[in-house]
Amino acid sequence: MAKTVVIDPITRIEGHSKITVYLDDQDQVADAHFHVTQFRGFEKFTEGRPFQEMPAITARICGICPVSHLMASSKACDDLMAVKIPPTAVKLRRLMNLAQLTQSHALSFFHLSSPDFLLGFDSDPAQRHVLGVAAKYPEIAKDGIWLRKYGQQVIEWLGGKRIHPAWTVPGGVNAPLSEEVRQKILEGIPHGIEIVRRTLDFWKNTQGRFADEIEHFANFPSLFLGLVTPEGHLEHYDGFIRVVDADRKIIADKLEPTAYQHHIGEASLGDSYLKAPYFKPFGYPDGMYRVGPLARLNCCDACGTPLADKELLEFRALRKDGAVLSSFYYHHARLIEILFALERMQELCNTANIMNTHVRAVANPNKFEGVGVSEAPRGTLFHHYKINEQGLITWANLIVATGNNNLAMNKGIAQAAKFFVNGKDVKEGALNRVEAVIRCYDPCLSCSTHALGQMPIKLSIVNARGETIRELTRY
Amino acid sequence: MKKPVALKFDGKQVQADENDSVLAAARANGIFIPSLCYYTGLSTVGACRLCLVEIKGVPRLLSACVTKVAQDMEVATATPKVVRYRRMMLELLFAERNHVCSFCVANGQCELQALAQRLGVVHTRYAYRYPRYQLDASHPKFLHDSNRCILCTRCARVCEEVEGARTWNVMGRGIHSDMMTDLNQPWGESPTCTTCGKCVQVCPTGALAERGVSAGEIRKRENILPYIESMRASGR
Ligand code: SF4
Ligand code: SF4
Repeated sequence: MAKTVVIDPITRIEGHSKITVYLDDQDQVADAHFHVTQFRGFEKFTEGRPFQEMPAITARICGICPVSHLMASSKACDDLMAVKIPPTAVKLRRLMNLAQLTQSHALSFFHLSSPDFLLGFDSDPAQRHVLGVAAKYPEIAKDGIWLRKYGQQVIEWLGGKRIHPAWTVPGGVNAPLSEEVRQKILEGIPHGIEIVRRTLDFWKNTQGRFADEIEHFANFPSLFLGLVTPEGHLEHYDGFIRVVDADRKIIADKLEPTAYQHHIGEASLGDSYLKAPYFKPFGYPDGMYRVGPLARLNCCDACGTPLADKELLEFRALRKDGAVLSSFYYHHARLIEILFALERMQELCNTANIMNTHVRAVANPNKFEGVGVSEAPRGTLFHHYKINEQGLITWANLIVATGNNNLAMNKGIAQAAKFFVNGKDVKEGALNRVEAVIRCYDPCLSCSTHALGQMPIKLSIVNARGETIRELTRY
Repeated sequence: MKKPVALKFDGKQVQADENDSVLAAARANGIFIPSLCYYTGLSTVGACRLCLVEIKGVPRLLSACVTKVAQDMEVATATPKVVRYRRMMLELLFAERNHVCSFCVANGQCELQALAQRLGVVHTRYAYRYPRYQLDASHPKFLHDSNRCILCTRCARVCEEVEGARTWNVMGRGIHSDMMTDLNQPWGESPTCTTCGKCVQVCPTGALAERGVSAGEIRKRENILPYIESMRASGR
């Protein structure tokens, strides 16, 4: 009989994630779990604060991309004020959101994951990082750095010089777009597009080498959830929630994001602070769904921009009779989304009213409850607040991308661990692959350490007697 | 009657009026002495202790804002001891309440933050107290957040001395001191407040703010009091 291993939450290191691989009596992998400690105290912390502070608070206390939180939080605040923000403000917020998508995806692909593709999953861990890539493939490293920097610069140009732009505010944005910034954004786009196109070519050419990874990296049927436009196109800021199944059959469509609680339930897992959301009509745990780039491409009918749509056709061909299921393809989806983001940014910068100076609606709170939903690079992000008559927060709930993917990540690492890890002789390369499954989802905990180019993660192998037989920590 | 006196700041000879404070004389001569509770046009209280200076022949440090100049006085504004005490005062202010600049309405506009930056205070050696203060959002125009208050009493002084309303006062003692409106009633129910907004304008931090602004969005006009005075004097 395999023993149950209980991991005391107190012993967990704040801000770190932990993977535990459980072995059975024969030292074969029985299961694997991913644990996170991250949103502890958030609801308490924001209680009593004016709702106008929420965008800035949530952009910081959580490890995920600040701009995504600014978006979802500002939208929840718009909802509390019960205003429809000026159309130009919507476009400017979209612009910043897409810039964030670009920089974040570039970081995930080039800085965090490319060492695995370029240097190999089994290569020397001491060299398997972005500097190792820069030494061997300087061109690719340069491309990655350029793309990330461009995305960050656009955010900075829009948000002003401050490190964390408080530019997106309840009611809109706090400054209109200048012609100078518009020009600067437009100038970078052709080069960005060139980079993504050659990276996509490179990616497709390497696929032959990763048959095992494609087959065993969280490759299983699940639901996919994402925002789509009213026409069913790829969407990151607004729109409706769509859910598709493994056959890409639409299970639910045109769901009002603000009514998310009707469709999404949140289960608590005993061994992680991260809740496990599931699609309510399917119950727990069958309602397991994935979000993020892979899910968004599986959900939408089309991207809506010419180059990205061409790539989407090829992407669909990866699994003709349904949704692309292997989480290894999150990386592929990420590249297509960068292409889409750049095309869309170009389009936005060229629309007629983008320079309009009416960019903020002013209002007192007019509702006691507000919900804001947007797509973060890693997936759908929900902010839900309640306030009192004075506009002070009395209750807050967030579902972040990493939370949405919780069940699927657990299932994914279990699958990879069963295939790659041999309990009798645990190899570093095998553990790296298990970790790499998590990197496919690019969970938000990596953000806090993005500066280092790696995420802190601790992997333990626990045998049937509950003894830890191998540990691997990366910072 | 103006009577000039000669004194020295850090060895530099300057002239001042005999009624000037050491702080005023320093400022008039472009010499930096930090301060937080001092505000041009209000009475001086010497509450924040940031303007401490060393005066030759005086064994202890003195607050420049409440010390008058004197003939042949020798003032040292940046001795190691002065610098050490200043830093200590600032660190204590940060440790005392909850100053989280990143989402504060005054971020980038705050006098406390600016001083910390100027004096290179990047951490505090004292344990943070993390008190929990309820925010008063009962006023239709303004917010009062004691979490960010440094008890400089500028709000109380401007309200009493310039507006004549006397809405603000200090309650409690020592570490439990806090600003209150009227008899500790919600600000929105204050029978004395005229909603003139002067207290919000003179507050050095984000403790008092206009409603509806987001992080870093506060805008404060500088030196409002001489302007108000001259407008009043001209009868307009
Ligand atoms: S707004 Fe009210 S409390 Fe503030 S100075 Fe004016 S009268 Fe006094
Ligand atoms: S509320 Fe502002 S002006 Fe009043 S004592 Fe506190 S910090 Fe000073």
